[in-house]
Amino acid sequence: MKCSEFLNELTNYLDGALDARTKSELDDHLAWCHNCYVVCDTTRKTIEIYRNSEFYELPDDLRERLRSAIMTKCAEHKRSFPPRS
Amino acid sequence: MSTIQPNVEQPVSDEMALVRRAKRGDDQAFEELVRRYDRNVFRIAQHITQNREDAEDVVQEAFLKAYGNLAKFQEQSKFYTWLVRIAVNEALMKLRRRKPERTVSLDEDVKTEDDSLPREVADWSPNPEQMFNQAELRDILTRTIQGLPAGFRTVFVLRDVEGLSTEETAQALDLSVPAVKSRLLRARLQLRERLNRFFQKRASGDGDQ
Repeated sequence: MKCSEFLNELTNYLDGALDARTKSELDDHLAWCHNCYVVCDTTRKTIEIYRNSEFYELPDDLRERLRSAIMTKCAEHKRSFPPRS
Repeated sequence: MSTIQPNVEQPVSDEMALVRRAKRGDDQAFEELVRRYDRNVFRIAQHITQNREDAEDVVQEAFLKAYGNLAKFQEQSKFYTWLVRIAVNEALMKLRRRKPERTVSLDEDVKTEDDSLPREVADWSPNPEQMFNQAELRDILTRTIQGLPAGFRTVFVLRDVEGLSTEETAQALDLSVPAVKSRLLRARLQLRERLNRFFQKRASGDGDQ
């Protein structure tokens, strides 16, 4: 297996979306190709760091304000377009 | 090497029960759906628009559109996937309005020459995120992901940050599964490449434990 072939399958490999035979070919490649091992390992860390990071959190007061605005507008919508029963 | 597992558990049947109650006119059920997903919609919107006020507008507009169109929701996907689709479209419209000089679409930036191929292969410190304090790390991660083209950024956020499956991401963005996979691979590799300069092992041995 060439490194470019490994890279093409990297997303499927990291997501566990490969059949056993292809996965084993990729594992073999990783066992001897240090560069691909590093790329694979650091890509996995990239995903984990983003997944575990807490940014763009919605503060409680803003959340409350948004929800109240949404529900007020929903009530207005309902008055203008009453549901057909 | 271990695989990445989705981090979002969504009680689907419970979700559908709320949707059906909301369809029958129960606003408390709809409010519960707002409570359940407002944080996710806000995060997705801010990632796409890169602007907090726009993200607030997107949260309101997405839920209102969902409310107004609830009768048209066919229940062939999760409500959340349908909602994300509405929110992504609203967010992209905001982005286009703010950056009219650039055409912003999910089909952009598919270049033939590949700028995702690893140029620099250097191992990282064992726990690279611990090399920085929280504020520094957040700044690095935010600036790095903002540097991605909108099409790649959106796929990465839905799939890897919000934990949608590949199929759900494809549904939410109206892309094919192979298109999602291709953008996801390139987004992941580009982020990795850009984080290299912050996280790689120092020659002096910093970061080794």
